[in-house]
Amino acid sequence: MYDFLISPFIEYGFMRRALVGGFAMCLGAVPVGIFMTLRRMSLTGDAMAHAILPGVAIAYLISGLSLFGLTVGGVLAGLLVVALAGWVARSSHLKEDTSLAAFYLISLALGVLVISLQQSNVDLFHVLFGNILALNNAALSLLASISTISLIVMAVLYRPLVIECVDSTFLRRAGKSSAIAHYGFLFLMVINLVSGFHALGTLMAIGTLVLPATAARFWAQSLDFIMFIASTFAILGCYVGLLLSFHFDLPSGPAIVISMGIICILSILIGENGGLLRNRFQSRHLTG
Amino acid sequence: MSVRINNLTISYDHRPAVHHLDMLINQGDWLAIVGPNGAGKSTLLNALAGVVTEYEGDIEGLYPESIAYLPQQSQLDKSFPITVYDLVSTGLWNELGFSRGLNANQHNKCEEALEAVGLHGFENRLIGSLSSGQLQRSLFARVLIQDQHIILLDEPFNAIDTKTLIDLTSIIKKWHENNRTVIMVTHDLDYVREHCPKSLLLARECIDFGVTKSVLTEKNLRHARALSEAFDTHAVWCAG
Repeated sequence: MYDFLISPFIEYGFMRRALVGGFAMCLGAVPVGIFMTLRRMSLTGDAMAHAILPGVAIAYLISGLSLFGLTVGGVLAGLLVVALAGWVARSSHLKEDTSLAAFYLISLALGVLVISLQQSNVDLFHVLFGNILALNNAALSLLASISTISLIVMAVLYRPLVIECVDSTFLRRAGKSSAIAHYGFLFLMVINLVSGFHALGTLMAIGTLVLPATAARFWAQSLDFIMFIASTFAILGCYVGLLLSFHFDLPSGPAIVISMGIICILSILIGENGGLLRNRFQSRHLTG
Repeated sequence: MSVRINNLTISYDHRPAVHHLDMLINQGDWLAIVGPNGAGKSTLLNALAGVVTEYEGDIEGLYPESIAYLPQQSQLDKSFPITVYDLVSTGLWNELGFSRGLNANQHNKCEEALEAVGLHGFENRLIGSLSSGQLQRSLFARVLIQDQHIILLDEPFNAIDTKTLIDLTSIIKKWHENNRTVIMVTHDLDYVREHCPKSLLLARECIDFGVTKSVLTEKNLRHARALSEAFDTHAVWCAG
């Protein structure tokens, strides 16, 4: 048991780093993911994750697999697409999801084109699927910094975000705070996706944001409890995924996302709060 | 403080939804905005509330921070996990901002507001579990908390039972007695005749404005209905 559950992390430095990096990524991303799903922006997040690719690809052409270059490239591309899509949505008749979809398709195509200029498939794999097992000190500090910034900004924006979600016109009348909350939130999505990109790659970076948040809603009703459960699920998924990846020689990114996915499916089935199977077999009711 | 509207035109895609409106709303007025569907009632209210900011002409004497606005329920995301108490306390945003917590005084205010709308004991219920009457009561509680001189209500009695309507009307009456300005959009002409001292009959342009009895005449209402809701596809640029 000990050998199976704990010793990989004791014996191998890269497993320890992966675990710490994964935990950092989860703690920052989960609250953002919860608001993202509550605001029905899961697909927006997905679009944004793809939009990061050309930035990363161009940075890669310029500086190779340098951590700093890839991060700056990803963040810049993400912010650019967010700003453009937001601007187009606000000043034309297109809905935001449509304009995001248009921008992300363009940037995804651009990204793949740029990457294919370089011949090596290994690097393409790294960009698309991440490499949480190869986190060096700099990458670890980056994940921890993003997570820290994300949590602090989230704490500051928490109240206006909640109000904005429930009653979007309420804050819009009261000055700038609505726009600050909106764009601040998009910024949080971008930096957490970049953090997810380093660990899981552009294609699956969105996993940590969507899956634990979705799962937690089947166990809790109040926002604070949802946050607690979702963080626990994310960390559990990360740990289990790394174990599976180690023992069965699976690629680590997909293993982590699959673990979170299994937790999510189980929650949908047996979750206390509206789980499908539970509803089917428990049709009791209270007296009043 | 009175509100003066000068030559106000609000258009969507150059088509006027409210056309050349002039009116003076005195402090303490209880005004109903009535008219057929598509008459521009909600558009006008949204401009007064500061939700719609692009218009021609001007509105004097209105500041977003001095207005309490009750939105239509369809504008809310009822599935969001927020409790009644938290929803009501968002009315304190102007005082609390991003980070300040509620002090004892403000807690009392919330409790009193919930008591006043008959939602005592509902503090920890999620808004998704409320009936539309109960949700409307909690939105009224939020308006109470905001404690403003000008109160805008967008169709406050849609899908509301008689008991709730009577309770909420008595709250509006108290606002009126306290010399607050109440402006409400509604379709219920009987309600307006019974309760609202002043009315504006709108059919994109002002049909009549003044004391309710003289505004809601059969002739005026026919006139309002007759003005077509459809766009005139051959409309030329308005010179006014």
